[in-house]
Amino acid sequence: MSTVAIDLSCVRKSYGDKIVVDGLSFAVASGECFGLLGPNGAGKSTIARMVLGMVAPDTGKMTVLGEPVPARARLARARIGVVPQFDNLELEFTVRENLLVFGRYFNMSAREVEAVVPALLEFARLESKADARVAELSGGMKRRLTLARALINDPHLLVMDEPTTGLDPHARHLIWERLRLLLARGKTILLTTHFMEEAERLCDRLCVLEAGRKIAEGEPRALIDEQIGCQVIEIYGGNPHELSSLIRPYARHIEVSGETLFCYAPDPEQVLVQLRGRVGLRLLQRPANLEDVFLRLTGREMER
Amino acid sequence: MREGYAAVMPANAYNWVAVWRRNFLAWRKVALASVLGNLADPMTNLFGLGFGLGIIVGLIDGTSYIAFLAGGMVATSAMTAATFETMYAAFARMRAQRTWEAILCTQLTLGDIVLGELAWAATKAVLAGTAIAVVAVTLGYAAWASIIYSIPAIAITGFVFASLAMVVVSLAPSYDYFVFYQTLVVTPMVFLCGAVFPVSQMPSAFQRVAGLLPLAHSVDLIRPVMLGLPTGGIGLHIGALCMYAVLPFFLSIALFRRRLMR
Repeated sequence: MSTVAIDLSCVRKSYGDKIVVDGLSFAVASGECFGLLGPNGAGKSTIARMVLGMVAPDTGKMTVLGEPVPARARLARARIGVVPQFDNLELEFTVRENLLVFGRYFNMSAREVEAVVPALLEFARLESKADARVAELSGGMKRRLTLARALINDPHLLVMDEPTTGLDPHARHLIWERLRLLLARGKTILLTTHFMEEAERLCDRLCVLEAGRKIAEGEPRALIDEQIGCQVIEIYGGNPHELSSLIRPYARHIEVSGETLFCYAPDPEQVLVQLRGRVGLRLLQRPANLEDVFLRLTGREMER
Repeated sequence: MREGYAAVMPANAYNWVAVWRRNFLAWRKVALASVLGNLADPMTNLFGLGFGLGIIVGLIDGTSYIAFLAGGMVATSAMTAATFETMYAAFARMRAQRTWEAILCTQLTLGDIVLGELAWAATKAVLAGTAIAVVAVTLGYAAWASIIYSIPAIAITGFVFASLAMVVVSLAPSYDYFVFYQTLVVTPMVFLCGAVFPVSQMPSAFQRVAGLLPLAHSVDLIRPVMLGLPTGGIGLHIGALCMYAVLPFFLSIALFRRRLMR
């Protein structure tokens, strides 16, 4: 096994006139969590599907777990676990039957599946639900079962397309905790997300995408320091244009998005002094995050 | 491009079994209702036409009309079972239930899935066709041994019509389009192919068309076996049916690749 799990080089894909992936290159090392971060329509899901060999690129080269993709994608998929964007569990089957049926797709015998089911159920915290029909499970439980199902073939690489979209915060934190456990066990994860928080918490490195193009790549902290590198003051209420001319001398950079003013200030106190005494303003001072990076790079806020 | 098509073909000779077993497990949960649903229609036809029309028709080729009809109904019910399983159930697994999408994330290929679905539809065709044969035998219109000889012909009939329906599924944007295939292809075939009356009663042009249709070959294989008559041109019938099973199978995989893997 080489140390590179996924290698994309100059990959391009278009549907008619619409370019979905535009000359994209990146490499994911074995054992790291690599995030594809971008708004809806940035091409994240298409890239995930390409890695699985379900979409053929127009041009460019891809290698996944040492296999050329899509030509030998099947052999790569034998060592990949997939958590798709939309649940596609067997609703009429029990939790246990879902795992059995899925194990068979990897040519596992019933005995081999039974041997791994207890550990998978424990991992997914579904021990008490083994014989419940999937249709009876909550959204969070279904996601956890999808995650357990993805682990049935003891994969080296996990491909996760928006794994926590649509979950409540509690369920989401539980999934994040499980994913960190998998990373600690040495699994490689390719994660697509439009949650900045998710990317920041989980990813060792990430690639920020817009309209199929890579606009930044690196460690989350490094990207934030590089692109922003100072405190942020969010200002709501008031006339953004008037306010921005008032505080411009003290700001490194100012972005207006909707009715919010983002002021990136090396010395936030000075900005706050300028705004003191103004009525109707709400101020929030906070450290910079990936959201700011995205805003800075694209000039617009990420859809939530 | 050729490499792309090679990657979606069945990967080996046994991957499809996992898909068949998935469908079998799902079927087992609703087996009773499914069997009754599959049998009601051909039974109604067999008894309704057999006894009702049988009185008017009298003997055909030296046998009673209902005995003549039994072979045709066995072939027809195999055709219907395979067609409907593929058009409605397999289409649902491809679209609404996202079953195929889940399977495509494993080491199975599109070809493995399609082959598993065809084998499953053929299995249901065997169940439906054999059940009609059992009824006919029980009522004394055919010999018990004839069932055993009919089963391979019923199975291949199932494969043929599952395979043809798979092409329809790969092209249909929604369920609404299946009715065209059903009314313009499947139903006319019942009357053109000698299932309910001998092909020889039709004008010669129609007879030539019938000779090209798969159901005619199925009927020509199954009916003589059930009536205990010698079967002519077995090689031709089996060859034609194999062609109807294999060509649409590969065509549908190519069409599904265009539809699902873009």
